Amino acid sequence: MARHTIEINVNGAPSKGEVESRLLLVHFLRENLRLTGTHIGCDTTHCGACTVLLDGVPVKSCTVLAVQADGRAVDTVEGLEKDGKLHPVQEGFFQEHGLQCGYCTPGMMMTSCALLSTNGSPTEADVRRAISGNLCRCTGYVNIVKAVLHAAASAREQKAAKAS
Amino acid sequence: MIPGSFDYHAPETLAEALDLLGKHPDDAKVLSGGQSLLPLLKLRLGAAAHLVDIGKIPDLEYIREDGGFLKIGGRTRESTLEHSPLVRRKYPLLADTAEVIADPLVRNLATIGGNLAHGDPANDHPATMLAYGAEIVATGKTGTRTIPIGKFFTSLFETALAPDEILTEIRIPVPPPKSGGAYVKLERKVGDFATAASAAQVTLGPGGEVERVGIGLTNAGPTPIQATAAEQFLRGKKPDAGAIAEAARLAASAAAPAADRRGSVEYKTEMARVLTGRALAKAIARAQGA
Amino acid sequence: MASTPRTSPEVGGMGHSVKRKEDPRFLRGKGNYVDDIQLPGMLHMDIVRSPYAHAKILKIDSSAALKVPGVLAVITGQTLEQYKLHWMPTLMSDTQMVLPTEKVMYQAQEVAAVIATDRYAAADGAAAVEVDYDPLPVVVDPFKALEPGAPVLRTDKPGKTDNRIFHWEVGDRAATDKALAASDVVVEQKIYLPRIHVASIETCGIVADFDRIRGKLTVYMTTQAPHAIRTVIALVAGHVGLSEEKIRVVSPDIGGGFGGKVPVYPGYVIAIAASVVIGKPVKWVEDRMENLQADSFARDYHITAALGAKKDGTMTGLRIKTIADHGYADAAANPSKFPAGLFSICTGSYKMPVAFAEVDGVYTNKPPGGIAYRCSFRVTEAVHAIERMTDMLAQELKMDPAQLRMKNFIPENEFPYKSVLGWEYDSGNYPAALKKAMDIVGYDALRKEQAEKRKKGELMGIGISSFTEIVGAGPSKQFDILGIKMFDSCELRVHPTGKATARFGTKSQGQGHETTYAQIIAEELGIPAAHVEVEEGDTDTAPYGLGTYASRSTPTAGAAGAIAARKVRDKAKKIAAYLLEVSEDDLVWEVGKFSVKGAPQKSKTIQDIAFAAYTNHPQGMEAGLEAVDYYDPPNLTFPFGSYICVVDIDRGTGEVKVRRFVAVDDCGNIINPMIVDGQIHGGLSMGLAPALYEEITYDEDGNVHGGSFMDYLVPTAMETPKWETDKTITPSPHHPFGAKGVGESATVGAPPAIANAVVDALAHLGVKHIDIPITPEKVWKILKEKGAAE
Repeated sequence: MARHTIEINVNGAPSKGEVESRLLLVHFLRENLRLTGTHIGCDTTHCGACTVLLDGVPVKSCTVLAVQADGRAVDTVEGLEKDGKLHPVQEGFFQEHGLQCGYCTPGMMMTSCALLSTNGSPTEADVRRAISGNLCRCTGYVNIVKAVLHAAASAREQKAAKAS
Repeated sequence: MIPGSFDYHAPETLAEALDLLGKHPDDAKVLSGGQSLLPLLKLRLGAAAHLVDIGKIPDLEYIREDGGFLKIGGRTRESTLEHSPLVRRKYPLLADTAEVIADPLVRNLATIGGNLAHGDPANDHPATMLAYGAEIVATGKTGTRTIPIGKFFTSLFETALAPDEILTEIRIPVPPPKSGGAYVKLERKVGDFATAASAAQVTLGPGGEVERVGIGLTNAGPTPIQATAAEQFLRGKKPDAGAIAEAARLAASAAAPAADRRGSVEYKTEMARVLTGRALAKAIARAQGA
Repeated sequence: MASTPRTSPEVGGMGHSVKRKEDPRFLRGKGNYVDDIQLPGMLHMDIVRSPYAHAKILKIDSSAALKVPGVLAVITGQTLEQYKLHWMPTLMSDTQMVLPTEKVMYQAQEVAAVIATDRYAAADGAAAVEVDYDPLPVVVDPFKALEPGAPVLRTDKPGKTDNRIFHWEVGDRAATDKALAASDVVVEQKIYLPRIHVASIETCGIVADFDRIRGKLTVYMTTQAPHAIRTVIALVAGHVGLSEEKIRVVSPDIGGGFGGKVPVYPGYVIAIAASVVIGKPVKWVEDRMENLQADSFARDYHITAALGAKKDGTMTGLRIKTIADHGYADAAANPSKFPAGLFSICTGSYKMPVAFAEVDGVYTNKPPGGIAYRCSFRVTEAVHAIERMTDMLAQELKMDPAQLRMKNFIPENEFPYKSVLGWEYDSGNYPAALKKAMDIVGYDALRKEQAEKRKKGELMGIGISSFTEIVGAGPSKQFDILGIKMFDSCELRVHPTGKATARFGTKSQGQGHETTYAQIIAEELGIPAAHVEVEEGDTDTAPYGLGTYASRSTPTAGAAGAIAARKVRDKAKKIAAYLLEVSEDDLVWEVGKFSVKGAPQKSKTIQDIAFAAYTNHPQGMEAGLEAVDYYDPPNLTFPFGSYICVVDIDRGTGEVKVRRFVAVDDCGNIINPMIVDGQIHGGLSMGLAPALYEEITYDEDGNVHGGSFMDYLVPTAMETPKWETDKTITPSPHHPFGAKGVGESATVGAPPAIANAVVDALAHLGVKHIDIPITPEKVWKILKEKGAAE
């Protein structure tokens, strides 16, 4: 079929849509759901500005069809802040000047969130490797790495504080 | 950036999927990870009237040793291979390969079956499977058949798969003790296809001589290349620096790369030699330590 | 090393690493970029592009496209010709096509535009337009383009018989020739800087919205210079009824500019025309391949340089001849009197007794341009030339390259320094920066290590770049774009409750003006930066300015902000005197308040004064507390630095690995150290990229190679080294707070440092020069030739 009714759980809430088969997930998010925080930066699956979490795993949403995400969970940058509190990754980017124009930032942050959920104590090399599918032209990556390491440290602290 | 129209199907069983492929033999494509197919469709370089997504079919993603083989489900993701403790421990050539495919985000969706079925000599798994002497299991309406890897890649973007077959499993013979492998890839930057790459898998005999060796070259011709002359030369020899150098030289003579922005024919051929030397040295060191 | 800030962290004036005020929206994905904008009834535009580099257009068949559901119109050159909009002026007073009526002049040129109800239909429509072409001979080599008998490309220019655009020269040709002829040593080298592209992660785009009832055009656009765009639209489209007071240009959030969002692209004009004709908003956002293949490129300079010296290393003269490949139109965004930009900075950081430079612009069948890549108007080209030549000279003289530089640096006590090519460098301390870089990197130990490694056949190189930048265009005597002088502006208004709004004529694309400009005001007035709301980018409200590029914002608009704040402070003093019942001479200012000399407890804060300005101001004085300043800089500013790069070369593959990169920069007084470091990091990465990775080339049929991210190699975090940065501080004597620009210093200084390092690694094999990008294959070829490959 060329048109499908889909339901995707986006940032914890079910979102329905009637879409063409060929509709890219990034367009479904940006145009149908008006979640414009996920950005488009290229046409050959290189830049990673469109990175979202699909069932918790970071993927390039420009290279996923919306129909492929039917029945699954997608997390975007808009879902990071909870109850008015910034996610440690967002806080890390803020504290360490990990963004300049802000265009690659949502993608960078989603990739970073996923990294920290599997590796709470990444090294600098781990971070650089994890973000090697996300291009940035403004920052030269130095402060992005610092931001992620900041977030990791603060997440570990928060966890330790909760545990005690 | 925007693909042309197509119909999308998400069958829930293999039988349904095969049925769909059979109904549209000329214009249906299997959608596995989509990381090779969707970019082509977005640039309108390839077209398909029907996409058959095999992502909802159960039991196509697995990694297990069974009956003398490492059996990998066709829809297993590259990131799963990259992080699998079993693969990292016993199949270093496969681990090396998985971790240099594209970038980490693409690897979260890209599948080993798709990487092989695409028939692109620039993909990384083909050379590795040649080095392993692997087998491909293809499933069609009438059942499964096993295709030895040497017969799988027929020409540029063509494989031995029939239009109504799906690549459901990859089988790598479990390496004997004193085996090791390595994949060395030269790329212009992370995420690129190989300028050149070499896969080497060796097993050493009781005297430390090369008992079995497989060498595959990536992006060195219209199909992935098996460096048979190099393999023949090394078999039975002590793997010292001189032998490795000669094997590398022979491997390069099997390379027939095309010139492009990644390099001239001369450079790519030379790199096949340099990288084969490095892959062999690494594989042998791992075999000696195994 | 950094001086202590005068204000408290709560106020956040100069020197504080205030966290960015723009971040809250970006962190939440609530930025407002052009493609985020959706207006009721908005239509989408997609562009049909030429596969040929040079061809007559025989026929454009839109019938199939018009049948695609959702497609409303197909616009061609013929359509625009009715409105005389098919050609437009460039910023260099050349002309370029909006849509062709006769022929195309470069591959990927715009040929037709499809308007549809959604972007998928527009894409289908564009794919369905059929165009018949008759190919013409292609000219891609600028040297061949200059040969007699070469096809004349600009047949639209009556009487044009060749492919020359301009000839520009500066300096003393005869004296330079004489000096070089008499020199003990002359090194001469051809240097080619290939085409590259800024590739900001956001591409270019526009939403054009013409309101028929009000006769008003609103344009949301990725532009670094909204006011200039407004005026250009008024001049170009005035005849179709657009009038400047009814044109509003809004630069919302911009995802990186780097110079690529200064030119007026055909897509913008077509979208505006479509909106005016149809009466609905029209959105056009290009995809990445369009961006790389058609938008303004940078470099493409064929340089021949000669540098002379005495036996002891004292430089005696510099001669440069350049062929500049501009594509089919000169659409560079230089100040109008400078067709080769500020290339005459090419004598660099050195006391050059005599010099001569000439640049000839040439037409070819390539996209028009080209100074967009963080280059400060051709300074990247100039600095690459002088820093490569300096290293070549060192090699020829068998002198250490650091020593050679120290010997020739303009001494600190000679500033302001008038260069022989006409610039007055405001301030500099080059030896201090180089020494600092050498200390940080451990220069002497590295040279020892290199000597040891050479004995073992290992390849390691150390490259230095000691650059002088020239930014802050510019003084009205010399600088204008299309006649508009290059001042900039600030309009500052303090509200009754002591907060302030400050509007500027520039437009940040990531440089952090919402924070740094607030810090300038905070420094001058003591109003906390957190209480100063900075606005830029909306021509309906911002004072006229020339925008942000070429590192000009702090030198011009930043200065305007300081002067406007001082005007406010002058009025505040009068109000304070009135409130405290003393004369102005009895008042002393410290950050945030006026107090009475000798009686400090009698004081009024700026907040008290602000309130009084509206509630209790002296009779005869106007109410309010505000000022406007249009700042005409007396001179440019000259940031500088010394960079040292250490590389190791893989003898098997030719790969160059940057082991370390130390950057010591001097941009005068620093507003926000955190933001300056961020600019340096980013600039270094955009210096690494052209040095080792990026290149756009054309084959003899004019087919572009490197026109997608598959082959245009933007470095990832894996290729990018960990940048090490430090500073010296040499204030600008003429700038209101001693600052200079900094955004592009690193893009200027880094490529020669890297190139010098690679050549240095191979110098003992007899290698003298390698053109960038220094790819592994280029290095491997050299190693093979010299018998040094693995």
